[in-house]
Amino acid sequence: MRALEPWVVAPLQTFITESSARLILLMTTSGQVVAQHGFSRSLDVMTASALGAAIVASTEELARIMGASRFGAVVHGGSRQSCMLAAFGTPRGRWIGLVVFGSETSVGIVQLFFDKMVEELVGAAPKEQPPALLLAENFEHELDTSLKELFGR
Amino acid sequence: MTAAEEALERVTEVPGVRGSLLISVDDGLVVAERLMEGIDGRAVAALAASLVQRLGRATGGAGLQSPKFVHLRGNAGSVLAARGRDDLVLVAVVDPDANVGRARIEMLDAVGHLA
Repeated sequence: MRALEPWVVAPLQTFITESSARLILLMTTSGQVVAQHGFSRSLDVMTASALGAAIVASTEELARIMGASRFGAVVHGGSRQSCMLAAFGTPRGRWIGLVVFGSETSVGIVQLFFDKMVEELVGAAPKEQPPALLLAENFEHELDTSLKELFGR
Repeated sequence: MTAAEEALERVTEVPGVRGSLLISVDDGLVVAERLMEGIDGRAVAALAASLVQRLGRATGGAGLQSPKFVHLRGNAGSVLAARGRDDLVLVAVVDPDANVGRARIEMLDAVGHLA
């Protein structure tokens, strides 16, 4: 597991252990990766985070059009593995969790422990202000640094 | 009243039963519930489904049939689960002094009547 911020590690590790999820990606609503577990290629992470953020944005807009509040989670059920996407609030802004899980667990277990992880993340988040937004000229460097941290190379 | 509601009512009428749920064992989600305040139905559904599923795998691995009834006894009460058709499971959360025998009979009979 790799995380850009150390306080994310413990709640995420507990979630992985309790839920038996295969892959998890934590990202901001703009698709910036915060932590990942199970991905082996940076390209997969970048693609999944971009698509995940786009799906959440689409469903939230759909909810707005339907006059509903935000959807709690989106679950794509598959024959061999399934995927859950859920956005949640943290002191560091709104984040998205993308979880891939197989038949060794269930959507109920994943949702249950995901909610517990969110509670723990909210409790563990440092109270100081979030880091300043990335400037365009630093973006490539910051992205490269983040990917190195997330993949350890 | 639907068959599911009828099944839940029968089980919750047994003395000492704090609530009952009909859950999907594959998803670990609540299909219908009748619970006393303070019982997290979502958590019970997810964990009971996982328990039933794992026990099914364990007995399958031992060359046995999946258990039709599960009784998980703790200090503060018990969780009972009766497997129905398809992937439905009727679950009851009971007090330590509950009439478990009657609850078991009602649950097995109720799941037999579920479509």
